[in-house]
Amino acid sequence: MALLEIRNVSRRFGSLVAVDDVSIAIEAGEFFTLLGPSGCGKTTLLRMIAGFDLPDAGQILLDGRDLADTPPEQRPIHTVFQSYALFPHMTVAQNVAFPLRMSGKSPQDIVRLTRQALDDVHLSDKSRHYPHELSGGQKQRVALARGIVNKPRVLLLDEPLGALDAKLREEMQLELINLQRDVGITFVFVTHAQYEALALSHRIAVMNEGRIEQLDEPSRIYGFPRNRFVANFIGNINLLDAEVLAASAAELRLRVAGLGEVHAPPAAASPGQKGSFAVRPEQVRIGSHLDAPQRTNHFAGRVRDLLYIGDVTTYIVDLAEGAQFEALLPNSSPGRAKFFEVGDPVILEWHHDAGAFLRE
Amino acid sequence: MSEKRDNAPGSGLAPRLSRWAVSGPPLLFLVAFFVLPSLIMVVASLRYPGEFGGLAPLIAHTPGEEAGLTVENYQFFFGDWIYAAIFAKSFGVAALTTLICLVMAYPVALLIARSPKRHRNLMTLLVILPFASNFLVRVYAWMIILGPLDLLFSRTAVIVGMVYVHLPFMILPLYTNLEKHDPVLLDAAQDLGANAWQRFWRVTFPLSLPGIFSGSALVFIPVLGMFAIPEILGGKDDWLVGNMIKESFLGTRDWPFGSMLAIMLTVAVLAVAGMAAWLSRQGVARA
Repeated sequence: MALLEIRNVSRRFGSLVAVDDVSIAIEAGEFFTLLGPSGCGKTTLLRMIAGFDLPDAGQILLDGRDLADTPPEQRPIHTVFQSYALFPHMTVAQNVAFPLRMSGKSPQDIVRLTRQALDDVHLSDKSRHYPHELSGGQKQRVALARGIVNKPRVLLLDEPLGALDAKLREEMQLELINLQRDVGITFVFVTHAQYEALALSHRIAVMNEGRIEQLDEPSRIYGFPRNRFVANFIGNINLLDAEVLAASAAELRLRVAGLGEVHAPPAAASPGQKGSFAVRPEQVRIGSHLDAPQRTNHFAGRVRDLLYIGDVTTYIVDLAEGAQFEALLPNSSPGRAKFFEVGDPVILEWHHDAGAFLRE
Repeated sequence: MSEKRDNAPGSGLAPRLSRWAVSGPPLLFLVAFFVLPSLIMVVASLRYPGEFGGLAPLIAHTPGEEAGLTVENYQFFFGDWIYAAIFAKSFGVAALTTLICLVMAYPVALLIARSPKRHRNLMTLLVILPFASNFLVRVYAWMIILGPLDLLFSRTAVIVGMVYVHLPFMILPLYTNLEKHDPVLLDAAQDLGANAWQRFWRVTFPLSLPGIFSGSALVFIPVLGMFAIPEILGGKDDWLVGNMIKESFLGTRDWPFGSMLAIMLTVAVLAVAGMAAWLSRQGVARA
C-alpha cells in the first residue's frame, strides 16, 4: 500500500478547475516531485495534502486512512514554505523546537532532537541567532530542520529553493538529496524548475492545467516525454509536426514537416495518424560527413547560429528541407569553443531509436 | 553587524550635516515647547505661592514677604500619606483602565486586521468616529446612561468613562501591529501542530507586544492625568491626581503646589515607562 494516496482529487475555484481528477500514489521514502508551470494546480494540490484546503471530489489517504476530517495541525505532514515562514520572535533553536513542543515532547527529547536536526542541516552554531540575522540559505536550512525534526510521515516542500541564487541552489539540491536519504522521510516537492525536478526526484508528476500529463522517473520523463507539453516543458527539444507513414514492430516511419521521411522507435500508432516528432539536441550528431548511412536518419544543412555555453556548444542548423534543428556538441578539448562556423555545411544524423512520435 | 555600522551613512561630514538639518527643527521645537516649559514648572514648584494666586516674587520687596526658593511643597507632599494614596489610587485606576481597554480592544483589532482589505478602512473609521463629537458631551451622555443604573458618582462610573474615552487609543496601535503580521506564520504554526489557542499565544500575541506596549502607553498616561471624567462621573469625593493638580491651579490658586504635583506625576510616569522598557528588554532577552 502506498504511503500517501491521492485518489481522483478535484478542486474548483468558481469556474476555474485548479486540480482536475488527479490520482497519485506516493511510496514511503520516496522523493516525489510535482512539476509544472505556475497555475498548473501543483500548489493547490500541496495545500490539500497539508490540509489547508479540501478537495471538492476525491480522497487523500495516508496509510490508507482518509485525511478529510483531520485538520492540518493533526496531520503527520509538515511543510517547508516558499517564504520559509520562520517565527521572527524565536531563535533558530526555538523555531526548530516548535513542532516538538506542540506535540508535547519531554524537555530532554526537545533538546536532543532539536540539536540533532540542527546538526543534520549543519547549523548547530547558529542555534541562538534570530532569523533576521541569517542569510537566505541559512533560513532555508532552519525551515528544513523545523520540517523534519518531529519526523513527519511526509514533508511537503513548496518551491523551497526558489528564492536562492543559482550557485546556492545547486548546493542546497545536493544537501536536500542527502538529507532525504539520511532521515528517510518521504518528500513531496513542488517546483516549476525542470532541472531541479530532474536532479532531485525519484519520480516526477508533470502537471498542466490541473491534470497530470506524465508521471514517471526523471530519465523517462526526459527521454520519453509522452506528449508535446511534457516534451516542450522539460529541457530543450526539436519538435516538428509529423504524420505516421508506416508502423511496424521494429520501427515507425514518419513524414516530418520541414524534414522529410524519418525513422523513429516503434510506438502504438497507425498509418495516417498525426502528431509530432521530438528529438533531443544531444541525441543529434552533427558532423561534416556521414557516419553510418544505412541505419540513421540524416539530413544536410548549414549552421545558422551557435551558442557557446562553456561545457557544450549548441548549433542551430537550417536544414535543406526547411526545418530548423538544434544539435549539441560537448567541448571536450580545452580551449575549443566550436567545431563549426556559421555558414558551414553540416550533416545532422541520429539513430532510428532516438527521438519519439508524440500523438496529439 | 559592526561592519554594517561602519559603512552606514552618517560617518562622513556631509551626511552628518544633512542629519542635523533633518533632525534640527523638531529638536528645536521640543526644546522650546517641552524642555523649557518643564524647567519653568520645576522652578515654579520650588517657589512660594503669590498672595492672590500665581507665584511670589523671587526677591522680597517688603520685609517679611515670602520670596525666593523653597522645598516646602515637596516636604508637604512627602509629609502626608494622603498624596501618596491619591497617587496610588490614580495609578490603580490607570492600570485597570489600561487592562480593560487591552482586553476589549484586542478582539476588535484582530477582527479588523483579519477582515478583507476593502472593509478595514471603514472599520477603522468607525473606531475613531466618536472623536467627531465633543469629548465632554460624550462624557455627560454617560451620566444619562449610568444615572438610572445607580452607578453614577462611583469608582465604576469613572472606570467606565475612562475605558470608553480611551478605547480607540488602544485599538489603533494594536490594529496597526496586527495588520503587519505575515499570515503564513499562522499557517506554518498550524502545519507544525499548533491548535488555535497555541497559535494565538505562541505566535500572534508575542508578535503583537510592541502594539500592546504603545497602546498601553497611549491609554495609561492620559488616564493618569485625566480630571474631567472623575469630576463629572466620579463626584466630589473620588479625586485623582489630575483633579488635585487642576484644583491647585484653578481652585486654591496655589501654583507652586500644583507644579510640584505635576512634576511628581511626570517623574512617576517616567519611572513606570522606564520599568516597562526594562521589563520588555528582559522579556526579549529571555525569549
